[in-house]
Amino acid sequence: MSGQPWVEKYRPKNVSEVAYQEEVVNTLTRALETANLPHLLFYGPPGTGKTSTALAIARQLYGPELMRSRVLELNASDERGIHVVREKVKSFAAGAVGPPAAGYPCPPYKLLILDEADSMTQDAQNALRRTMELYSKVTRFVFICNYVSRIIEPLASRCAKFRFKPLQPAIMAGRIEHICEREGVTLAPGALATLSAVSGGDLRRAITTLQSAARLGAGHVSSETLLDVSGQVPGEVVSGLAAACKAGGATRFAALQRLVSNCVAEGYAAQQVLLQLQTELLSDRSAPAASDPKLAEALEVLGAADFSLTVGADETLQLLNVAGQINKAYAAA
Amino acid sequence: MLWVDKVLGSPGARVGAILNIAFVPSSFLPFLAIATGDFPHTLFYGPPGAGKKTLVMALLRAVYGAGVEKIRVETKPWQIELPSRKLEVELTTISSAYHLELNPADVGNNDRYVVQEIIKDMARSRPLGVDGNKGFKVLVLNEVDRLSREAQQGLRRTMEKYSAACRLVMVASNVSKVMEPVRSRCLCVRVAAPTDDQVMEVLANVAKAERLTLPPAFAARLVDYSARNLRRALLCLEVCRVQCCPLREDQEPQRADWELYIGEVAKSILDEQSPKQLYLVRGKLYELLANCIPPELIMRTLVMELLKKMDDEIKVETVQQAAIFEQRLQEGAKAIFHLEAFVAKTMSIVKNYMVSCGFA
Repeated sequence: MSGQPWVEKYRPKNVSEVAYQEEVVNTLTRALETANLPHLLFYGPPGTGKTSTALAIARQLYGPELMRSRVLELNASDERGIHVVREKVKSFAAGAVGPPAAGYPCPPYKLLILDEADSMTQDAQNALRRTMELYSKVTRFVFICNYVSRIIEPLASRCAKFRFKPLQPAIMAGRIEHICEREGVTLAPGALATLSAVSGGDLRRAITTLQSAARLGAGHVSSETLLDVSGQVPGEVVSGLAAACKAGGATRFAALQRLVSNCVAEGYAAQQVLLQLQTELLSDRSAPAASDPKLAEALEVLGAADFSLTVGADETLQLLNVAGQINKAYAAA
Repeated sequence: MLWVDKVLGSPGARVGAILNIAFVPSSFLPFLAIATGDFPHTLFYGPPGAGKKTLVMALLRAVYGAGVEKIRVETKPWQIELPSRKLEVELTTISSAYHLELNPADVGNNDRYVVQEIIKDMARSRPLGVDGNKGFKVLVLNEVDRLSREAQQGLRRTMEKYSAACRLVMVASNVSKVMEPVRSRCLCVRVAAPTDDQVMEVLANVAKAERLTLPPAFAARLVDYSARNLRRALLCLEVCRVQCCPLREDQEPQRADWELYIGEVAKSILDEQSPKQLYLVRGKLYELLANCIPPELIMRTLVMELLKKMDDEIKVETVQQAAIFEQRLQEGAKAIFHLEAFVAKTMSIVKNYMVSCGFA
């Protein structure tokens, strides 16, 4: 079955294959040559290669066979409250290492990968502090997270920190072209630019979008199909909403209400609408400098609404509020 | 069988033709995927009554054949061993030989454990395919937007790790509440609500199939009332048929009791703004909550009713307050506080406006 997602199929097997993160790759390659590894902390936005790097390190150090006994991967799908740290992590960390496998460096320590570490509780993180030091002879820890600020300082200071940057369009294009070549997908002109625009530096998202678009277009990918499958709101909907927000007139609120309910009924993600509305408002070059305070007010409203949506507020009401507020800001001369 | 179930519930060929018209092309992405022997994790999102579940069932049928329609509904308690204590949750599942459907958000705060233990357990064990090659099962998760953040975190790695043995099909109506890492692992399918013309076409088809004459003026009102929600349109059509058959030209679509009731609440807010009136409105809100109308729905409907009746000048402010109090409703614990606060605020807005106009 050809069902393997391309993201898994083209996951880097070696550290050196990880795209764009030169400093990280250089440091780690050197560390791997000497098989001397500090505790590691990887952080950065989604889809930049953190988990891939950690898994690649494990594979390069131990090989596929020994990986099973030498590497423990814990992520948010595992219960890892303070009890687990005390029992499971500690017993794994404390265990002695077995004999090495032929053909791989197999340094005399084990690897404990804590993925999505920013979702661990403070208590659990605190419980790790002493454990890390105590067993550092036989175990190396790898923490992976999106937000380094959620890792408590004592843990962060025990690790070598590596920041993973969002991928540059050029680098991403290289990867995408490589995959297209291997999968026999043809890209229409302009499709690459669209792809890097919709993915915003997230390679996983770019590849997933590419795969869906390739399916829909039967091997041929155009900008339109990419926009369609990536969940982007069509440009004319956004520009219509922006125009209505700036317009005056007696029936303007009714018009806004109609546009908003249309947006919701079409199923566009409200946060996506906000994002594109912001781009639309900012890209209006013809606006006089005098309208800047209005723009600032509008952006503030957008920010507040995005926060509200993240904590779970209703899409219709939030969008309607945004539209109404922006309209008010622009109407007030 | 209700008409709505006949049309939306069964993905059979006859009704498939009726429904085909109602979807945007990208809704069929998963179907194209399975046609090439691929079945990615899928997330269907869109407003209620747009046909998300219909697509899910059609998808399952396309993969496994008619066998998925032999379903079994079970409610059983699950024992979950936690390091510190034993937890028992009761969960209703709908399953066939090939798939299992559950609503993990139903267990409330314990949804994290459902994801971590039950779903992972199911995902881990691999079914034996009869023909040997379809050795994976499908888990349908409803209302993933209601899952807590921890539970969604738990889904992330499960989706990658056990993707060989188990595929997830998720359904959400508010996609903003599904976190980005989960979304980026799925084929996200936007299911747009059918347009007014499409609703009209489906209604006409159903009426024809049920040998019913559908007066155009009535149909137009029905479409308007349904607000692009196909389920609502079909249910209402059937209710109207029961009330009066054959359907009359001047018949009004039967609105739900609670909608009428909220309309009354809105009217009383606009009629008089006083502490006494607030007290009366509170009673009505309690009544609605006691009848299990979700507070978010009360809030939204109330705002829409108010907007219909109030002057343009104060609409923006009212919506602003509604947005604020609805957010608090989500974060807070007791719905009545926030509903009542919104009512009080609205009354004050209306009163101030009346004073400024010199009416009071």
